[in-house]
This record gives sequence, structure tokens and C-alpha cells, in this order.
Amino acid sequence: MNYSAFLQLHNEMTLLAVIVILLVIDVFSSEKGYRFFQTLALILFSIHTLLNCVPGEPFEVAGGMYMYYPIHTYIKTILNVGTLIVLLQAHRWLNTEENIIRRGEFYFLTLSTLFGMYLMISAGHFLMFFIGIETAALPMATLVAFNKFNNKSAEAGAKYILSSVFASGLSLFGLSLVYGATGSLYFDDIAKIMTASQIELIGFAFFAVGLFFKISLVPFHLWTPDVYEGAPTSITAYLSVISKGTAVFVVFTIFVKVFGVMIAQWQILLYIIIVLSITVANLFAIRQQNIKRFLAFSSISQAGYIMLGVISGTALGMSSLVYYVLVYMFSNLAVFGVVTIIENHADKTSIRDYTGLYYTNPKLSIVMALALFSLAGIPPFSGFFSKYFIFSAAFKEGFYVLVFIALANTVVSLYFYLKVVKIMFFNQSENPIERISTDIPSKISLIICTLAIVFVGLVSSIFEQISVLGFGI
Amino acid sequence: MGSILENFTSGIIPMEAYIFVSFIMFFSGIYGFLSRKSLLMVLISIELILNSADINFAVFNRYLYPEHFEGFFFAMFTIAISACETAVAIAIVINIYRNLNNVEVDSLDELKEPEASDEK
Repeated sequence: MNYSAFLQLHNEMTLLAVIVILLVIDVFSSEKGYRFFQTLALILFSIHTLLNCVPGEPFEVAGGMYMYYPIHTYIKTILNVGTLIVLLQAHRWLNTEENIIRRGEFYFLTLSTLFGMYLMISAGHFLMFFIGIETAALPMATLVAFNKFNNKSAEAGAKYILSSVFASGLSLFGLSLVYGATGSLYFDDIAKIMTASQIELIGFAFFAVGLFFKISLVPFHLWTPDVYEGAPTSITAYLSVISKGTAVFVVFTIFVKVFGVMIAQWQILLYIIIVLSITVANLFAIRQQNIKRFLAFSSISQAGYIMLGVISGTALGMSSLVYYVLVYMFSNLAVFGVVTIIENHADKTSIRDYTGLYYTNPKLSIVMALALFSLAGIPPFSGFFSKYFIFSAAFKEGFYVLVFIALANTVVSLYFYLKVVKIMFFNQSENPIERISTDIPSKISLIICTLAIVFVGLVSSIFEQISVLGFGI
Repeated sequence: MGSILENFTSGIIPMEAYIFVSFIMFFSGIYGFLSRKSLLMVLISIELILNSADINFAVFNRYLYPEHFEGFFFAMFTIAISACETAVAIAIVINIYRNLNNVEVDSLDELKEPEASDEK
């Protein structure tokens, strides 16, 4: 075997190098050297991000098990930047007394899930895909249960691992039926042989259900609010952005590339699921009182919007999906950044506690308001443009009614996003959150997010760049 | 049905027999996942689901596509991965046992939908 082929996977290799270096330092470093551990981790990860942000030529490794297309560089860079922001936001939380001994594990586990997501994205064979999805899910479960003396965290961990393993069991069973019908597990070979026979359709249905569990679309979303509430807030942010973004991208590639023959069938399936996801999640979000549960339902409905890019199945759908993930990442991470800061300093997670936040913490509340505007899709923030592109992608393929339902739901979502803004700016509280002075890494992360929310939409070259390489499959 | 019985008596096990077993395992796994009261039984049900998929892979490979070994390799990897899954899940279940002193599914009720609110 030619081992030099591995050198071509430079994204995976540098990430692996970062993981190994951090692990060695975590185990062997002296007390004195350990103080610089977090800074070192951030620097190494930033170098890794910068080294891998230029797209190259398409290639394949290991006989087509690993496929690289230029669009993968973009989605991986988006994930890298998102992980970097999460690491910045988790900086202070990891310095608390109970967590200081577990810092190394946090970085090791987070970066391992990222490694699994890389494999998922670049897979060209279902074995690689399955290994990737499990490498991403298992460390994720341990991260969700990270506060092991906290009942909520342990419960969330149990709920996450059980539903995630159940989902991958369903996927696996579906895959076995697809294998029985086609006799191959390579994406390209399956696409050539597949004829949309009945057994293939059953296999596809099981497989798709397993994936929808990961993206937490209605009616497979029931684990989401519980896990989001129980997990540590930085992990929730990671789960809602990075994990979801990867799964959505992978769903697009696999549906179009492998199950392209069944496009008529899966469009009907997605149609129903999108309508359900957006509507049900929006209605449930209205009645939430805990900010993390609220964000969980908000992220379910956002996932429904992202699936509009998948249902179109075109190059425009692909590029607007990647663009939506980019914008959604910055907006959601800005909200989670504020929530993390307030939870760390004041230990408050109820929406009612945010009453009058503007009068004590004007900067935080402005960041939060901008991010919520962007999530709701108000121009001129980038959320408007991402929604515009994804709607036009579905509209061009003739889903007029679906786009109309999504638009009507945007109005509903406006209600609950703006309710939070109203509580922060116009209501006075008797017991407001005190003035918070945050640490520098959180500040940097919030500045990055805010700048991105304002400028990613206005700088049109970003979308053009993505759409040049749009159909990377 | 007649031909299946004939094959049994002649000593050749038909593919349908294996598929029959794997489907029973799969659906009893789903039933167990939804109905068992203990977290350990839920885990065992999940193992049933994963193993039924493994049987499918091996059987399809052996009977339908004996020229390659893709299904066998996939089953091997899946067995290893499901062992990892069980290990992580057991670790989390043990942690729950330490916190709550039991592993009943019903005791995991701290995180749930809030009651209908009357605030405006």
C-alpha cells in the first residue's frame, strides 16, 4: 500500500497532529508549562485552520473511499472557524475550579468529533461514512455528559447516546438492505446500479431516518431540547452548529449522489419533514422559558430552512446551503456566546432573567439583538441574505407552496425572536443581571461573530466564491 | 414455504431463513428500545438492532455477492464500533447510577417540557 497517499489528506493530518500534540502535552507537561495549555491549543488550532483554507484540485484516496472536492475545503473551514469560536467561548468555563483538571479531555474530545465530521464529509464509501458518523457521535456524548456530578448533564448524556446509537442502528439496517439490493457500498457504484426498487426504498427510508435524527428534524427531534438544556452551554453551541452543519451537508451529498434515482420519492419525504420541522418547532419555541430550550427549538426550525437547499438538489441549492450554514453558525454562536457569558457569571438560564439586560450590559444585549435579528432574517443582516438564497433555490425548482409556508413561518419566528429583544431592551427588571466584565477570549469570539453578522451578507463575493465551486459532488 | 422446508430437510439453509431471523431481531430491538424500563435493557435492545444489521451484511455477502468481501468487512467494523458505543453508553449509565442510585428510565425526568405558562 502506498502510504504517501495519506499526505494528501492534509486537513485531516494537521488536525490529527494538533490532537496528538495536545494529548502529549496534557499527559506529560509540568505544572508550569500547563498554564499555557489553552493558549497553545488555540494557537495550534488557528494554524491548522489557516493552513487548510485554500481549496485544491479534486482527488481520491484509498480506491475512492475518501473523495476530495474543492467545496469540502469551504465547509471544513466553516467548521474550523466555528470550532475555534466555541473554544474561545469555552475558555473561561474550562478555567473554573471543577473543570481545570479536565481541560485536556475537553480539547481532545472536541477535536476528535471534528475529525469524525471531516471523514463524514469526505466519505466516498459507506464504511468511511459510518466510521465518521460514529467518531463524531461518541465523543460528543461524553462531552454532553461532561459535568459528571451534575444530574442534568448525566441525564442529557444518556438521552443523547441512546437516541444517537438507536439512530445509527436504524441507518445501519437501512444500509444493509441497500447493500443487499445493489451489492456495493461505494457511493458511485450504488448510484450506477440503483433502480429505486422497493427494497432499496425501504433501505433508504431507514437510512434517512437515522440521518434526520442527527439533524433533529421533526418528528425525530424529541431528544434535542432535553440534550441542549442539560449539556454544558459551550457544548450545546457546538452541537447546534458544527454537528448540525456537517449532517446537513452530508445529507445533501448522499441524497443527490447516491440516492439521486429516487429524487421524486425523497423530495416528497423532505417536503413533509420541512413543513413539520419549521411549523412545529416555531410553535414550540414560543412557549419556552429556558433560553437553551428556546434555542434548541430555534435551531430545529433553522434546520428545516436549511433543508430547503437539499430539496432543490441543484448547484444553487448546494451553494446556498453552505452559505446558510456559514451565516447560521455566526448568528447562533453569537447568541450562545452571550448565553454562556451570562450563565458563567450570573448562573441564570431563564429567558425572564434577561429582563432589562440593556440597562446593565448594553454591549452584550446589542450583540444578542443583532444575532437574533440575523436568525430571524431581517435585512441588512446576513441572515436575510442566506434565507433569500435558500428560498430562491427552492423556488426555482418549483416548490412555490413550500416556500410560501416557510415565509409565513418566518413571521412566526420573528415573534419569538423579537420577544427576547423586547424583554432585553424595553422591560425594566427589579432584579437585573449585574454588570459583567467578560474575559478576553469571549470578547474576541463575540467581536468576530458580530462583524460576520453585519458583513458576510453585504460582501457579495463570499457567496460568489462558494457558488463557483458550488456543485462539489 | 414448501421450498424452504424442503431446503431445511436437505441440509441447505436458505437465505430467507437468515433474513427472517435478522428482521425478528431488528423489530424486537425496536420494541425493546421503546418499552423497557431499565437503561441496561434499552442498551441490549440497541445491540439487537446493530447485530441484526451485521447478520444482514454477512448473509447478503455470502449468498448474493460471494466474489467480494465488502459486507464481511463492514460487519467486522460495525462490531468493533458497536462495542465502543456500548462502552461509552455503559460509562454514562454508571455515572447515572452514581448520581441517582438506580438505572430506571423513569428516573430520568429532570429535563422535560415546562408546564403551560400563563405569563405574557
